[in-house]
Formats: sequence, structure tokens, C-alpha cells
Amino acid sequence: MDLQTLTFLVVGATFALYIGIAFWAKAGSTSDFYIAGGGVHPVANGMATAADWMSAASFISMAGLIAFFGYGGSVFLMGWTGGYVLLAMLLAPYLRKHGKFTVPEFIGDRYYSRTARAVAVVCLIVASVTYVIGQMKGVGVAFSRFLETSYEFGLVVGMGIVFVYAVVGGMKGITYTQIAQYCVLICAYTIPAIFISLNLTGNPFPQLGLGSTLSGTDTYLLDRLDQVVTELGFAEYTTSARLSTLNTFVYTLSLMIGTAGLPHVIIRFFTVPKVSDARTSAGWALVFITILYTTAPAVAAMARLNLHQTIEPQPGQYLEYEKRPSWFKKWETTGLLVFEDKNNDGFINYSADKTTNEMVTVDRDIMVLANPEIARLPNWVIALVAAGGLAAALSTAAGLLLAIASAISHDLIKGMINPGIGEKQELMASRISMAGAILLAGYLGFNPPDFAAGTVALAFGLAASSIFPVLMMGIFSKRVNKEGAIAGMVAGISITLLYVFQHTGIMFIESTSYLGSMKPNWFFGIEPNAFGAVGALVNFAVAFGVSMATQEPPEEIKELVEHIRVPAGASQAQNH
Amino acid sequence: MANNNSQNHHEYWRANLKLMAILLVIWFVISYLCGIVFVDALNSIRIGGYKLGFWFAQQGSMYGFVVLIFIYAKLMKKLDQKHNLHD
Repeated sequence: MDLQTLTFLVVGATFALYIGIAFWAKAGSTSDFYIAGGGVHPVANGMATAADWMSAASFISMAGLIAFFGYGGSVFLMGWTGGYVLLAMLLAPYLRKHGKFTVPEFIGDRYYSRTARAVAVVCLIVASVTYVIGQMKGVGVAFSRFLETSYEFGLVVGMGIVFVYAVVGGMKGITYTQIAQYCVLICAYTIPAIFISLNLTGNPFPQLGLGSTLSGTDTYLLDRLDQVVTELGFAEYTTSARLSTLNTFVYTLSLMIGTAGLPHVIIRFFTVPKVSDARTSAGWALVFITILYTTAPAVAAMARLNLHQTIEPQPGQYLEYEKRPSWFKKWETTGLLVFEDKNNDGFINYSADKTTNEMVTVDRDIMVLANPEIARLPNWVIALVAAGGLAAALSTAAGLLLAIASAISHDLIKGMINPGIGEKQELMASRISMAGAILLAGYLGFNPPDFAAGTVALAFGLAASSIFPVLMMGIFSKRVNKEGAIAGMVAGISITLLYVFQHTGIMFIESTSYLGSMKPNWFFGIEPNAFGAVGALVNFAVAFGVSMATQEPPEEIKELVEHIRVPAGASQAQNH
Repeated sequence: MANNNSQNHHEYWRANLKLMAILLVIWFVISYLCGIVFVDALNSIRIGGYKLGFWFAQQGSMYGFVVLIFIYAKLMKKLDQKHNLHD
């Protein structure tokens, strides 16, 4: 059977599975639709959270980023995992105790203010919509690369699948499909990694293989890699930092608090039965994430080493272009690898020097995409990687769409516009909101705005600077009041947007960047993507300042804070 | 009774904050200090093929995070029971 047929079969089988789950897990009530009825086992929720969390970017692009940044890529590894510690200790158990359906609903209750709730809805929608654009693009790109269909066709099929299980099943359907999607994506990621590690080091665990010697030699893999890349003039792999130490520090912090503040992740913890389950479930989520995240640096280093050793088998002796392997040819046709014989010697001269380097394009996504072929794995593994990439993109898109839909139907329609609607009408409203959100996301996928490339990083900055601080203060302070919370959110998100737009232009339209005479990264050398932590700091400071200058929150709010701090009484709170 | 109750809540919350502070210090040390600030110094130490600072940044910090959450969940469950505030 040829590769394309096999890929269609494997991808088709996973899609059939997702749709089957959708009909099995149909949502019968708003509680089913928003929080899967509140009865998800903590381990199952952990697995669903891991799939919810790991996007197309984690699956396809992250290893490539690390491969080319070396040590500098650690920002993503630490930043995208460390946030779960914050989530488990600072937010998840207390928000679960409060026992409501959405993040803005908590903010509205705690800050006794519809305005605060509305501001939170705006922050949530801005952060989630920017994030979902990247996922829709991921679905289209995965289809076009693996199945050689058009980008548009892939997007429509992806939208159709999400439509079926998200509209019918709501959170309940999404939860069980995410569990299936996790299984698909983790197999697709680890199987090639295990074989590559065995190949290079003889150790089946990539995490250990990365620290081992190369098969048949006394040389450690990382030492060899450092040597190979520095010989070609690249920075040493294990020590090459990106920008300053301060920037690395702040970037990591921004990603961590952004992770903890992303609503689509937080609402997953509303689905477990008990407060104590929210804590353990965060631990399980991180276990399932860490399996992929500790494999990624091994994939990165090994793929980079393989690439270099293919092109330069002996020091100074480059590969003849005519003798390039078949995977090289295949990825050349996609434009992800581009060779240009500058000195016409027929050999591939690869170096860090731009004037003599003949590998003019080495797309970082190649590190994961071409991995199975480089390791000469059978075709079914390649088909599985395609299904895995799609699973990663679809699961994250569905989680984001649910966060958006529930903010619209529960916070805007039920909470503000028409509080009188009954359960049945609200369930219908939530289904219509979901369908609307999918159409919007699809539209943005077809017409990706200019700023699509920067959106995932921006989403983290926005969540970090607007949502995380007010949630944390709402739990840990009884003094922060509605004036403080509203001022804090507005100040945090505004200053972050101003700094980002100042570098990249308003709404990322380059010609409108208003940097003026200031240098890029002028604020202590911090790059715009890393600015979320500074925005969060501003949010905290403004909220405290304004709260101190205005009236204390009323007595019943202080009692509410007391109430959410202890797990006892959670089951009653859920029936609201 | 109400007084006792609020006393109990207060002690429970203090104990929670203390545990959290200790665990967050460890969280900070294994990632920000070992993986970023002191990475160069730690890189002079090696475990197998890994330079230690590099290992913390790309492996160790993440294992540490997992362990921290489970320790927190376990000790909090005990604390919930001790103060009779479990759900």
C-alpha cells in the first residue's frame, strides 16, 4: 500500500473514532455542555488537559525551535510546564471550589461587578481567538503536508470534525475525544523518538539517550553535537543563549503565568468531582505533558545531529547533491528544505556564514516532520505522525472554542443580556455560540490576518497580563475590590498590547509600528513576546493601588473568599 | 463555635500558605536559578553526557515540577483531613 493511501486510512480511522465518541458522549444539560457534568476522573481529566494544552505548535514546531536555538529553546520547555505548578497551587483548587462554569463568572462573583465580568469576557475572547487562529492554520497545514490536499480542503474537514463533536457533545464530547487524541499524539511523537534514540545511542529512552554516548564510541551525543555545529560556525548547542539572561528569565515567567491564566486550560479543572481532585489532576496533566516535553529536546538534538551528519559525513567533506537521501528530495518539493549551489561544485556546503551557506532554507518544522523518514521507519509510522499532528491541533482548537462559546452563552447571554432564559434555551444558545465560534475560527483560518504568526505568543502575553493576576488576587487577597480588579485588568492588557504593537505595528501591520527613536526591546532588553510578565506586574500594582484608595469589598465578599479557600462544602456549591 | 470555626480556617490557611511558599521556592530554584541564572556555573558539573545546567533547563526542572505538584496534592489532602475541611 502506498504511503498516501495508508495516511488517509490512519487519519480517517482516528476521525471516525472522534465522531463515534461524540455521539456516545452527547451533552444533555448545560452542566454537561460546560463542565462535562463535573464527573471526570482526575487522571482522565489530566490526559484531556494535556491534549487540550499541547497544540500544533508543541507537536510540530517546538522540537525544531529547540534544535536551532539549543539551550536557548529551554524557555519553551520550562515556560510551558512550570505554569502547572502555579495552576495547581494558586488557582485550580479554589476556582473548582467556587463551582461555576466559566472564568469570567468567577471574576464577576468575586468582584461583585458585571463590568468586571464583561472586561474578563473581552480579555478571554481576545486571548482565545488569537490562539485559535494558529490552531486552524495548523489543521490546514497538516493536511496539506501529509495528505497533499489543498490547505482549504484540510481546513473544511477539520472544521467539520470539530463541529460534530463540539456542538453535539460540548465539554463532555470534547473531554473524551481529547483523551483519544492524547493517545494518538503521544504515540506519534514517542515512537519515532524511541527508534532514533536506539539508532544513535542504543538507549530506547530518548530522555536517557540524550545524555548517553553514541553507539560504538566513547563520545557523548551532546559533545559530538557541540563539536559538529561549532565547526560549521554555529553557536555551541548546549550553551547558546537567546538574548540576555534577564530576557530568558522574564520570557520563561511570562509563559508560565500565561499558561496558568489561559481560560481553556483553567475550565478543564471545573470538570473533576472534588477540590482535592483538581490538585492531583493538575499533577497528572503535567505527567502527560512532560512525557512529550522531555522527549522533545532529545528529538531536537538527535534530529539536528542527523541532519548535520547527513550533509557533512566527515569534517570538511560535504555530501554530494546528487547523492542526497530520498527524504531530502521529498521535503525539497515542499519548500521546507532549499539548496542553492552557490559555488557550483555539486556539494552541499552548510555553514553559519550566510554568504557561503548553500542550505538556504532549513525549516525548523522539518525536525519533527521528517524524523520517521530520517530514521528509516516504516510507512505506518509516518501516517501516525500525520494523525498525531492533526490530533494536537484539533484538541486544542476544540478546547479554545468551548472557552469562547461558554463565555458568550453563559457570561454574555445568560449572565447579562437575558438572565431569564431556562436551561433548555441556554443549552441551545451554547450550541449556537459554539457553531458561531467554529465559523469565525474557520473564517480566520481561510483569511489569516497578517499577524497570524505572532498570535500564539501574544495569547500568552494577554492571559498573563490580564487574567492570571485578577484570579490570584481574588483568592489570596480580601482587600482587592472591583475598582482595583477592573483597573488592573485594563492596565495590564493595555500596556502589554502597547509594547507589542510598538514593535510590530498596530494589529501587526508593520508600517504602523511607532517605535520612533527608541531601540527595539528598549525596556531592559525584553522582547515583546516576553512582556506578559511585566504586564502582570503592572496589573498587580495598579489593582493594589486603586483598591487601597477605594472602599473595601463588602462583608459577603470576604465570606466568599473564606469559603473558596477551604475544600469543605464543594458539592453544595456546585448546584447553583 | 463560630469563633472556633474561623480559628480553624485561619490555621488551615496559614499552613497552606507556608507549604505553598516552601514548594514555590523549590520551583524557583530548579527552574530560574539552576536553569537560567546559574546555568553557566552548573554547566561545569557533568552527569553522563549532560552538562548539569543544561540538564536542569531541558529535563530536570520538568521532572521537579511534576514531583512538586504531587507532594502538594498529597500534603494538602492530609491537611484537609486534619482540619476536617475535606470535601
